[in-house]
Amino acid sequence: MTAPAEPATTTDTRPVLLEARSVVKHFPIRTSQGKQVVQAVDGVSLQVRQGETLGLVGESGCGKSTLGRCLVRLIDVTSGQVFFDGLDITTMSRRALRSQRTGFQMIFQDPYASLNPRRRALATVEEPMRTHGMGTDQEIHDRAMHLLEVVGFDASFADRYPHEFSGGQRQRLGIARALAVQPRLLIADEPVSALDVSIQAQVLNLLADLQRDQRLTYVFIAHDLAVVHHIADRIGVMYLGELVELGDSSPVYTAPAHPYTEALLSAIPVIDADAEKRDRIVLVGDLPSPIDKPTGCAFHPRCQYAQDICRREKPVLQPLVDGRQVACHFPLVPTAAAPAPRTTPAV
Amino acid sequence: MWRFAGKRALAAILVLFAISVLVFLIFFATPGVDPAARIAGRNASQETLAQVRQSFGLDQPIWVQYGVMMRHLFIDRDLTSFVNRGAEVIPQVTQAIPVTLSLVIGAAVIWVVLALVMGVAATAFRGTAIDPIIVVLGVIGVSLPVYWLGEVVNLITQSRLHDTIFAWVPPLGYAPLSDGFASWSLHLLFPWLTLAVLYAGIYARVLRSEMVGAMNEDYVRMARAKGIGEWRVLIRHALRTSLISVVSLFGLDFGALIGGAALLTEVVFGLQGIGKLTYDSLQNFDLPVILACVLYAAFFVVLANFIVDLLYAWLDPRVRNV
Amino acid sequence: MSEPLLDVRNLRVSFRTRGGTVDAVDGISFSVGAGEVVGLVGESGSGKSVSMLSVLGLIDNPNCVVEGEVLFKGQDLLTLDDKALRRIRGQEIAMIFQDPMTALTPVYTAGWHISEQIRAHEKVTKKAALDRAVQLLDAVGIPNAKERVNSYPHQFSGGMRQRVVIAMALSCNPSLLIADEPTTALDVTIQAQILELLRDLQTEFGSSIVLITHDMGVVSQMSDRVLVMYGGRLAEAGPRREVMRDPLHPYTWGLMGSIPPTDGTRVERLAAIPGLPINPSDPDRDRCLFSTRCSFASDACRPQPDLVAHVPGHLDACVLPYDQRPALRLEATTPTGVRR
Repeated sequence: MTAPAEPATTTDTRPVLLEARSVVKHFPIRTSQGKQVVQAVDGVSLQVRQGETLGLVGESGCGKSTLGRCLVRLIDVTSGQVFFDGLDITTMSRRALRSQRTGFQMIFQDPYASLNPRRRALATVEEPMRTHGMGTDQEIHDRAMHLLEVVGFDASFADRYPHEFSGGQRQRLGIARALAVQPRLLIADEPVSALDVSIQAQVLNLLADLQRDQRLTYVFIAHDLAVVHHIADRIGVMYLGELVELGDSSPVYTAPAHPYTEALLSAIPVIDADAEKRDRIVLVGDLPSPIDKPTGCAFHPRCQYAQDICRREKPVLQPLVDGRQVACHFPLVPTAAAPAPRTTPAV
Repeated sequence: MWRFAGKRALAAILVLFAISVLVFLIFFATPGVDPAARIAGRNASQETLAQVRQSFGLDQPIWVQYGVMMRHLFIDRDLTSFVNRGAEVIPQVTQAIPVTLSLVIGAAVIWVVLALVMGVAATAFRGTAIDPIIVVLGVIGVSLPVYWLGEVVNLITQSRLHDTIFAWVPPLGYAPLSDGFASWSLHLLFPWLTLAVLYAGIYARVLRSEMVGAMNEDYVRMARAKGIGEWRVLIRHALRTSLISVVSLFGLDFGALIGGAALLTEVVFGLQGIGKLTYDSLQNFDLPVILACVLYAAFFVVLANFIVDLLYAWLDPRVRNV
Repeated sequence: MSEPLLDVRNLRVSFRTRGGTVDAVDGISFSVGAGEVVGLVGESGSGKSVSMLSVLGLIDNPNCVVEGEVLFKGQDLLTLDDKALRRIRGQEIAMIFQDPMTALTPVYTAGWHISEQIRAHEKVTKKAALDRAVQLLDAVGIPNAKERVNSYPHQFSGGMRQRVVIAMALSCNPSLLIADEPTTALDVTIQAQILELLRDLQTEFGSSIVLITHDMGVVSQMSDRVLVMYGGRLAEAGPRREVMRDPLHPYTWGLMGSIPPTDGTRVERLAAIPGLPINPSDPDRDRCLFSTRCSFASDACRPQPDLVAHVPGHLDACVLPYDQRPALRLEATTPTGVRR
């Protein structure tokens, strides 16, 4: 399924750093029902411009983590392409890919599992530089010490093992490691989900500072829409392997166009002093499985606005008046008129 | 559950077939080795060799040879041992099997019961003195080699104290079940205990460690929060879940023992089981007997594993759909 | 004023470790009335879970020492022997835990679990218990309850499993339900379902709930009263509306400032609390434990501040002058450009 490329209605002139075109990732598995396929990512196209933060939001089974890994080719795509700085990394040889890898790095969710417990902090940060031969031993050492300082550690932390760090500190160490090779793009896969709220805020602030100081581009994957809204310039909402809504953070958050985004927002428990039992949109039923996707629109079984066409026909991403894209037959925000051949500025 | 059993049964049959082919090929298709000479034994005459060749179809293609051998083994059951001057092989094997089965199954029952008691007690009383005592007992059991323990037991029961405390102990050897349950079990009592002591030690430790781990799990905490008594929590929740990993271990050990690993016990206590038979035939290089022992033993090992697989699925519902 | 259902007085839970004594809960007192929902908020290490586990005697650690009084319907639970405590567990006070994936023994069906709880407290036949299990599963919104009662835990999704656990917990009509982070492991739309379920059941059965969570939003949505814990002590306690609108303790300010705003505004930096939570084995406890991270700390923060009610019903443990709090709160929650 090819989605249209991003509409030419945006005034963003920054170059596109990362582009995904119809990325599909299927996992064949064996179950009691025989051979089946997990349709983890089912045709996602998006662009990430230099210097921006794109947030990918969704619940379990939506494919956001799998997509993240496809974007850095930690796993190979089933079909589709990923372009980094114009180069197709999905068809590159392993050797060519290796030299490209300094351009993009990943931060992982579990601060306890993503660090080698037998390696000290400084060595953890030095390793990527050594792998890519980025300087003499002394230069690597100095740069690693500098990175530890940048993420907020003083020199005494260099010799410690991961188990001597707290969760938030470990996450900061992971960030330092990711920065070691001077990447331009960071994919952060749920980097703060496993952290306490107060530590979460510290790490989010650090990420914001780093982006500003080092001119980084982020793809920020999370299930917490409030966190994503805070840190991302644009948000992509995923459901069962597809992008259902893609657009600037504020409109997506304050006036969701897709019924799922609306439900997701409504489900977030907000701190509201005067809130009596608010009328929430509570979705009925479980998250369906990416093995057995519903026909037509993947969300229709749980959608309160669903009509007959939703069961039959799968909606494609179409542009809205404010430049967003939404994949719905009855979006909650008016669609753009017939696609204009001329670009119109984003509202 | 039935589909699971069916799939496992099919797999078992395939495994048996594969083993039979493999064993056959090892003996009959090893380059540079003349199977006729092997079967006929050392210093065989030319007539014997010719007889062997004719009887086993060794001039025929290999798959015919396989078919002939299988026919001799399972259908006609007239395989003879040339080394042993024409002694029929199959009866030797079929007589040895009940001995090994009696020994291993009896010992298994005893060691499982012992391990359960010891494991549960060690878990229930963990933190007190009882726990390490049980563990040490287990370690002692593991450390005593079967052949030494067996000989010591024999020394005590057959000679030193035979006239006084252990007068009721029958002489070494096997008494078939058909001769009476009492005589059969008395003959096997000390072999059972000797073999069981070793495995009880191992299993008690494994079970204890699994159970102590289980007691820290969320579902045990949940069970307590429901108001369930501590013993019920221990047995119905912790033990029941811990049995799952113990069962797979059991399958391996049980299968190996039935296949002939109880050799040392059989030798020490004079029991003519499969282990002893295989050992003797290896000494004489009596190929037909070796072949028959291996195949009949393989059958029982696969059967034992099949039963254990079923037991595992019965214990752990998560496995049933695989 | 009717007697509270649960009255915790000066509860202290400490663990003897090789490095000394660790005070996981350091003298907290609060009460829960009939039909009330109390939210117990804190981060890891705050002692919120340990405190409620100790109420039911569920801490299986021989090195644990529990002191104080926990009065339930007038009876001190801490003085009860195991047999008497077992009668309370599940029947009067039920507890559900965070991770539904590991809460049920995997080898027994949902119906077996519910039936085990019922039969532990009431003399009913297996069939009667199983029938009630079907009714309960239906009441918590599990479709096809009649068939699903024979399903194993691994055959349920996370949200459904948590419903089974809730059904089990409510099977004997307890007067108090303790829910320890019941939705943390669930997706946000499923969380909304479960919270709504808990609210409906609470209205229907009239049970009280102690809801333990780290999520201020959940607390705001569900509770009548809020207790904020830090370092094993109570930092603030009061009616939900007041605590949410006018929080008094700097830690509460920090918690609320750490959360990205949910009203649609975007800030560049969050008002994060600097530093790390206090190390529980740090022996220097005769002071406000939050003072190591508080922007307004001073010498007055020693000795340990008392829990004081500046406004009736709304208590906090801070020595800052009451009338300065609103201004200080504004200062604390306005993010500065300072790194870290």
